[in-house]
Amino acid sequence: MLSLIGVAVVVVGFVLRINPLLVVTVAGLATGLASGLGPLAVVAAFGKAFITSRYVAIVWLVLPVIGLLEHAGLKERARAVVAGIGAATTSRVLLIYFVVRQITAALGLTSLGGHAQMVRPLIAPMAEGAAENRYGELPSKVRLWIRANAAAVDNVALFFGEDIFIAIGSILLIKGFLDQNGIHVEPAQLAIWAIPTAISALIIHCTRLLLMERRLRRDVAAGRDSG
Amino acid sequence: MMAGVAVVNWRDRSNRRRFNNTAFWGIYAITFLVGTYLPDVVNGFLVIGMVLVASIRGLGQSDRESSSREHREASAARWGNKLFIPALAIPIVTVLGTLMFKRVSIAGMPLVDVKQVTVISLAIATLVALAIGMAMLRPPASAPITEARRLLDAVGWAAVLPQMLAALGALFAVAGVGNVISDLAQRWIPLDHPAAVVTTYAIGMALFTMIMGNAFAAFPVMTAGIGLPLIVQKFGGDPTIMAAIGMLSGFCGTLMTPMAANFNIVPTALLELPDENAVIKVQIPTALLLLGANVLLMNLLVFRR
Repeated sequence: MLSLIGVAVVVVGFVLRINPLLVVTVAGLATGLASGLGPLAVVAAFGKAFITSRYVAIVWLVLPVIGLLEHAGLKERARAVVAGIGAATTSRVLLIYFVVRQITAALGLTSLGGHAQMVRPLIAPMAEGAAENRYGELPSKVRLWIRANAAAVDNVALFFGEDIFIAIGSILLIKGFLDQNGIHVEPAQLAIWAIPTAISALIIHCTRLLLMERRLRRDVAAGRDSG
Repeated sequence: MMAGVAVVNWRDRSNRRRFNNTAFWGIYAITFLVGTYLPDVVNGFLVIGMVLVASIRGLGQSDRESSSREHREASAARWGNKLFIPALAIPIVTVLGTLMFKRVSIAGMPLVDVKQVTVISLAIATLVALAIGMAMLRPPASAPITEARRLLDAVGWAAVLPQMLAALGALFAVAGVGNVISDLAQRWIPLDHPAAVVTTYAIGMALFTMIMGNAFAAFPVMTAGIGLPLIVQKFGGDPTIMAAIGMLSGFCGTLMTPMAANFNIVPTALLELPDENAVIKVQIPTALLLLGANVLLMNLLVFRR
């Protein structure tokens, strides 16, 4: 029971909006101590876990290139391209990205996207550009909301596309775990049964994207009235 | 190879103007440079030091813009669509790399560790894109580093959060947090009706994923605690369908938790959103609807035999 203290620390910390780094560190140390490790052993375990998780930081490697291109006007160009297409709306830009991202993820091409590589330099400026094109200058609240939506599209499409590909981490984990428990399943079967959920995700999120345009119109108008 | 790339990047980026930033990125650079050679305890204290620097005085951000909007627009007009070439080179080269490395092997041994394929491909793709960008734009040699610094400062401490959370997950695993939670669930929830069990399993996956920040950590615990003994053995459900939809129910949880920092918190930093939870807020309706869909699907499909 005592080892749940870390979970409690995390929940309280996030609710009170204390710096998450501090929250996570305290939660980690508390969990370790509660499970009966000595103070030094806890610090060592934390350090070890941190070092072995270094691969997570790989995504920051793309920052120099993206920064360089942004300096040369990449975002502005992405906006201008969208502005040149009369039929482009924020909904449609995000819809197309959603479908492409989900299908490519289902084919195992999960690296064909991502927040640092695609969303920040290309997709978000395009979605914003399409909205500016239609409604003129955007209130900053609306602008931020569009960006959050661009990030969400990347997540949803990735999560519910990748499981259709048989060699993805989650499928391998399921197979490995069931094998250990004496149940043998085919990865292809697992992938097939991920399809109903993938289709549900497509329907649900794309419907929300279509409805987005209406809210966008309303919010832009409201933002203007209030100042 | 990968480490070399990381080292050069991180060391250069750690040239900070302000003391706090220097300390923070400097320590981070050390964990990359020599972290593997240091004793675990030293690494642990380095991490704690880093957290203290970030949380007590906070990190600063340079308010000097590296370029004006007019400058960028002029540059955008000058280069036109060519600007997309290096940007699109990153995903394309990464994908080509993943496909290629899986085929290439020397004397029966894969050239690259299978688990590292994507990571290494991304690193190579980044270098290719950087080379194209440098050749095309001909900026001063220091430009990539100053630009990276600008972006990294905007991201701030959130850059380290995914790694911290991965470390926390490992500690949770060591302490057996998962088993405690599944014991609790079994004791408190009436599990004598198939529909109740299936619903508990799917929603439990989502909730547990929200706590752990990762569906992979939740899956073994929930499946061993509820899925296999009850759904499969007691009620004769199909393990394949249960596992596939169960994992996806966990992903619904991933959409709703700040613990999944690399998906939910890092983008808000990258996109310069003042509200850390902005992306989560947009995702919650989809996540809840989809979780409902998963519960329905699993109820309909899992007992089909």
